[in-house]
Amino acid sequence: MAEKRKDLIKISSGEAEQPFRWSAGADGSKFLTEIRDHKRFMGIKCPKCGKVYVPIRRVCGPCYVEMEELVPVSDEGSIVTYTVVQFGFVDPSTGKQKPVPYCYAVIHLDGSDSYILHFVDETDPEKLKIGARVKAVFEDDDKRTGSLLDIKHFALLDQTG
Amino acid sequence: MEPVAIVGVGMTEIMDNHLASNYADLVFEASQKALADAGMTIDQVDNVITISNDFFDGRTISSMAVMDACGSYDKNVSTVEGDGTFGAFYALMRVLSGSYETCLVCAHHKGSEGVMSLITNAMFDPIYERSLGIDAITSAALQARVYMERYGVSEEECALVSVKNHGNAFKNQVAQLPLKLTVEEVMASPYISDPLKLLDCSPVSDGASALILASKSRARQITEKPVWVKGVAHCCDAFHLGDRDLSSTRALEEAARKAYAMAGISDPGREIDVVELYDAFSYMELMWLEGLGFCERGEGGKLTSSGETAMDGRLPVNPSGGCLSGNPVVVAGLNRIIECALQVRGDAGEHQVEGVRTAIAHGINGPCGQSHCVWIMGGEA
Ligand SMILES: [Zn+2]
Repeated sequence: MAEKRKDLIKISSGEAEQPFRWSAGADGSKFLTEIRDHKRFMGIKCPKCGKVYVPIRRVCGPCYVEMEELVPVSDEGSIVTYTVVQFGFVDPSTGKQKPVPYCYAVIHLDGSDSYILHFVDETDPEKLKIGARVKAVFEDDDKRTGSLLDIKHFALLDQTG
Repeated sequence: MEPVAIVGVGMTEIMDNHLASNYADLVFEASQKALADAGMTIDQVDNVITISNDFFDGRTISSMAVMDACGSYDKNVSTVEGDGTFGAFYALMRVLSGSYETCLVCAHHKGSEGVMSLITNAMFDPIYERSLGIDAITSAALQARVYMERYGVSEEECALVSVKNHGNAFKNQVAQLPLKLTVEEVMASPYISDPLKLLDCSPVSDGASALILASKSRARQITEKPVWVKGVAHCCDAFHLGDRDLSSTRALEEAARKAYAMAGISDPGREIDVVELYDAFSYMELMWLEGLGFCERGEGGKLTSSGETAMDGRLPVNPSGGCLSGNPVVVAGLNRIIECALQVRGDAGEHQVEGVRTAIAHGINGPCGQSHCVWIMGGEA
């Protein structure tokens, strides 16, 4: 560690912040509205390669063509990869530290060809595995605002049945 | 490609906190060292490229704040926001354009001044990813797990990279974190975001570095030991993590393929003598070795366990200690190039690898190695 020196001054940025208001665009707005109003996922299909993207976006990157065809995608899927996080993250939108541990996963929704990232409501290493089935758990009807956090998390589906 | 050479290099010490220096001070130190190394004055520098990241610096157009420090006063100065390997690529293009004979490249970073997880969170999409709190470490953990599971790579094999690179750092004067470790000690370090443990992760670092590129005719006038750029290429994968197969190294494979073709290399395992690659996390060294074609996919752990990538192995990888032993982001890739240049010159000091003729440097940009830049350097034009 560097020696503490009293002769050197540091200037703090204090409470300064840089607020932004990002447009989700027409496509992103459609995707988020579907979740907010109907608790369902919508994807978009590339007319050239046929790949279904979630979330909705305008362009298929590999083909560089515009997409228009909306296709419903399941709220169930499987875990592509995951991690159990052991350090607290200060959520910039709330300023609050997220309690640890918690689980992030890359999730493959049934009926889509790309993945989304979200929380999984499980941190037990015995239960988590790549390929495990999950289902989206949405916020209550009066709490959904049109953001990705309208999905509370994904829950592991019971595989015993 | 017309031959272009690296004719001067300079690095500050990499530290956890350069308390007595602001980032302009660090740039001044690095650029002075590079000029001294080349035996040049600032008047002989035709143009300047700075490399920085505004979020890390906590100010906009952070490059302008180092104008005086990098000697770009009254010169054409331009900036790359991204890793040093990509900044140096831009500098190379400028020399190749024929408009400039020499270009000074400076990179700076002070990780000690901000909050790393907040800043790296900001590289993700604000609508779909950022609000989840994902950052450089947690996204890397997602990649590590899917890579390790797909190819059956063990945590011990990753830990060995950390043992090797922290050990190499003892011989590098500028390294931040030389550590004498055992695989057991790495394995016993706490999980940060599993499967990544504390000692699988590079530290938060401060540092700056600089190098000077020159055209063929100028290079020969400047130095008796020019290091020639033999091949260079970069390639980018999709931005959204969900659009990528995180266990794949397709962007690196493509960058390497192009760079090897340019350099006339058909068998990298035989023709490359030393590798400096971007090991921000231990598993990355294994993945990038595979992507660079030094072994089959999933065999990076075996290559490391065999001792081939050790300092005294057939293909020393990160003899400097790599990013695991000091990771000033964006500077780190430029340091990989500089370390290779020193190896080719025979000037790497205590961590010099014997008989280096051809070296490969590698840098990454974006989460989980979204884009890769590969440099091949040698002693002959
Ligand atoms: Zn397509």
